[in-house]
Amino acid sequence: MNLPLWLIPALPLAGFLLNGSVALFAGWRRARKSTAAWREAHPEDHGHDGDAAAGHGHDDHGHDAHGPSGPFLPYGERLFYGVVGVLSVGLATVVALANAVPYALASTASEGGIGPVVQSVWKWMAAGHVSVEMAFRLDPLSAMMVSFVTFVGLLIHVFSVGYMQDEEGYGRYFAYLNLFMFAMLTLILADSLVVLFIGWEGVGLCSYLLIGYYYDKDFAHAAGKKAFVTNRIGDFGMVLGIFGILALFGTTDFSFVDLAKAGAMNGTASITVYAVCLLLFLGAVGKSAQVPLYVWLPDAMAGPTPVSALIHAATMVTAGVYLVARCSAVFVLAPDALTLVAWVGAGTAVFAATIGLAQNDIKKVLAYSTVSQLGYMFLACGVGAFGVGMFHVFTHAFFKACLFLGSGSVIMAMHHEQDMRAMGGLAPKVKRTYLTMMVATVAIAGIPPLAGFFSKDQILGAAFAGGHLVLFAIGLFTAGMTAFYMFRLARMTFYGEFRGTEEAEKHVHESPATMTVPLIVLAAGSILVGFLGVPEALGGSNRFVSFLAPSLATAHPHHLSHATEYVLMALSVAVAAAGILLAWRWYGQKGATPEVPSAAAQAFYEKSGALGRLVANKWYVDEGIEAAVLSPFRKIGTFLWRGFDSLVIDGIVNASAFLVELTGDLVRFFTTGNVRNYALSFSLGVLVLALYVFLR
Amino acid sequence: MEGAAMNAVVPMTVPLNAFLAVGTILFVIGLAGVLLKRNALSMFLSIELMMNAVNLLFLAYARMRGDASGQMVVFFVIAVAAAEAAVGLAIFVALFRAKRTIDVDQIASLKW
Repeated sequence: MNLPLWLIPALPLAGFLLNGSVALFAGWRRARKSTAAWREAHPEDHGHDGDAAAGHGHDDHGHDAHGPSGPFLPYGERLFYGVVGVLSVGLATVVALANAVPYALASTASEGGIGPVVQSVWKWMAAGHVSVEMAFRLDPLSAMMVSFVTFVGLLIHVFSVGYMQDEEGYGRYFAYLNLFMFAMLTLILADSLVVLFIGWEGVGLCSYLLIGYYYDKDFAHAAGKKAFVTNRIGDFGMVLGIFGILALFGTTDFSFVDLAKAGAMNGTASITVYAVCLLLFLGAVGKSAQVPLYVWLPDAMAGPTPVSALIHAATMVTAGVYLVARCSAVFVLAPDALTLVAWVGAGTAVFAATIGLAQNDIKKVLAYSTVSQLGYMFLACGVGAFGVGMFHVFTHAFFKACLFLGSGSVIMAMHHEQDMRAMGGLAPKVKRTYLTMMVATVAIAGIPPLAGFFSKDQILGAAFAGGHLVLFAIGLFTAGMTAFYMFRLARMTFYGEFRGTEEAEKHVHESPATMTVPLIVLAAGSILVGFLGVPEALGGSNRFVSFLAPSLATAHPHHLSHATEYVLMALSVAVAAAGILLAWRWYGQKGATPEVPSAAAQAFYEKSGALGRLVANKWYVDEGIEAAVLSPFRKIGTFLWRGFDSLVIDGIVNASAFLVELTGDLVRFFTTGNVRNYALSFSLGVLVLALYVFLR
Repeated sequence: MEGAAMNAVVPMTVPLNAFLAVGTILFVIGLAGVLLKRNALSMFLSIELMMNAVNLLFLAYARMRGDASGQMVVFFVIAVAAAEAAVGLAIFVALFRAKRTIDVDQIASLKW
């Protein structure tokens, strides 16, 4: 079977067009119908047929069904949206796996891998010596990405069928989700930075649309705007970086990677390479929510939970890591830039993890956890272990998607309560959700032999092997915090006593199969995918990283002795275990109240003083940005508006208008309408002219 | 004047100054009529008077200089005056039908 690559993004695009047009049409019809029904119920507002039907109308439709929340969609319509949404992504998954799996098998079978498959669909633009093909590329990196993005995306689509069933915007939701898949797959499969940028902006747009899905809620559209504006800062760097790549290599398609490996650049000024790397990294920092542009990601949790799982945990936010890995050959030419990547990554990892320690919203914990894990990925790239970074992208997609979907299931069971202080003791009531989430929690905590252990341990190993001991220590410390906050989440949610109202407790229910089945599949993935990259020290051959190697550059190939690796593994497991034990002891005990979920933690918080307050308030970063950036900008804006636009610009316009009016007021009296006056002025004019001619 | 450069000068029995005086008097009467009369038809006639004053001067100078081009201009003026009379009188008729008057002081609606 030979399925072309363009089908993979095209199928979700078709799903988007179908669902979007049907949802638009159905919404328009519903709006018309409800207007007609309202008119029938309120004939007196109608104007022409008055009193006869008025009383009757009020009796029947007094409490009308067209409230602001709107009715649930009819079953058939929901079924249509769900089937189109799931089927389009399902088919895309089939095509993707049919392409990627044979490629991966062939590549691992032959020594040194096989070359990339590039399929050009059409020539997009040609200007001078620059030409851009609309081309798709299958190489180890994109094969890996496309497999898990379609697969995890499919599971999240299935989950959404159940999770979103009570939402009025069901069709809109699936249309956006399909559009996102189209953009994300374009981003991954693109063979040039320009085509990649289409996907890059497309996922940003869908992220904005889906964060603001509940657009009638202020916080939701504010969060959407925040994400969009913050990403603009990154995208500005991204665009300049693409221009820089074009200037350096004369092309934007990914053959520049080979050129970079061969060192064939226009001009070898290292400052140029350095600048290009920094600009591309700025783009990655925006998209992948690194310090200082991470602030949008926690707010992005305003969107529906499956969206958080798909876009803001598993796929889109890893695009930045993907970009850095894709351009790794350029990055290794600028070692200082790589060092910066590593430090930003490590800084983000530890910084976000500290904030995650003290969050009470279940999704916020996971959001900061995602930021922290993305930091790990950049740390790996920064120390030159790009393959390991991508491995963590891969494993993280499974366990973080599982965690987010699990939290969605919990939130649904709790009837849209997200505060963990009002939860507790849910384990027996939502058994499947509990078990799958615990698997993913153990996986992210880094306990062997689950997926998170293998990838995270290799990141720490790479940092240690590269001689970055401080980075290694930061990573290790973060691993402990990760284990702590994840088990804090699990203990607060599933253990102890229920802390909400009795009414809420009665309504706690397990989610339907469309939601639990994806959870089970993802939990299985969280257990299994780590075995794709078992390091040599544990008897594996690290097939995952060696499969990716042809697409990537290796900065400093370092090798540790097996004995050292064993020590490092033991160390990271011990730190994780310590975090778990602490969380286990502190949280989920009897006697916890919604105000004080753990007496021990409260005591520690009171002893921790200023640092504790800083962490609990998210280091006041949002407030700091407000004071340092937004408020001055608003002041400048207000000044330009009041002081310049209103005063100077409007003043000039108004003054010229006033001048014209004044002139008109004065000279209009000459227009008397009396023909003899005109004749007189005409005669006088002739006289003056004659005198002028005569006396000249 | 440049009388020395003329050729074929016909001697004039009536002196040029008489023509100039009559023409000027006629012109001023016409001008006064245009400026002072309120009846549109009277104003129109006054304009004709002014034109004929100018015609008279043209003819006098043409005769004095022995140059026929002055006489040609007079024919032009007569032709144009005839056309103008046709249009002007038609306007007055239409105006009278609409306003029941041709007093120009009554017809002053095109103003501020």
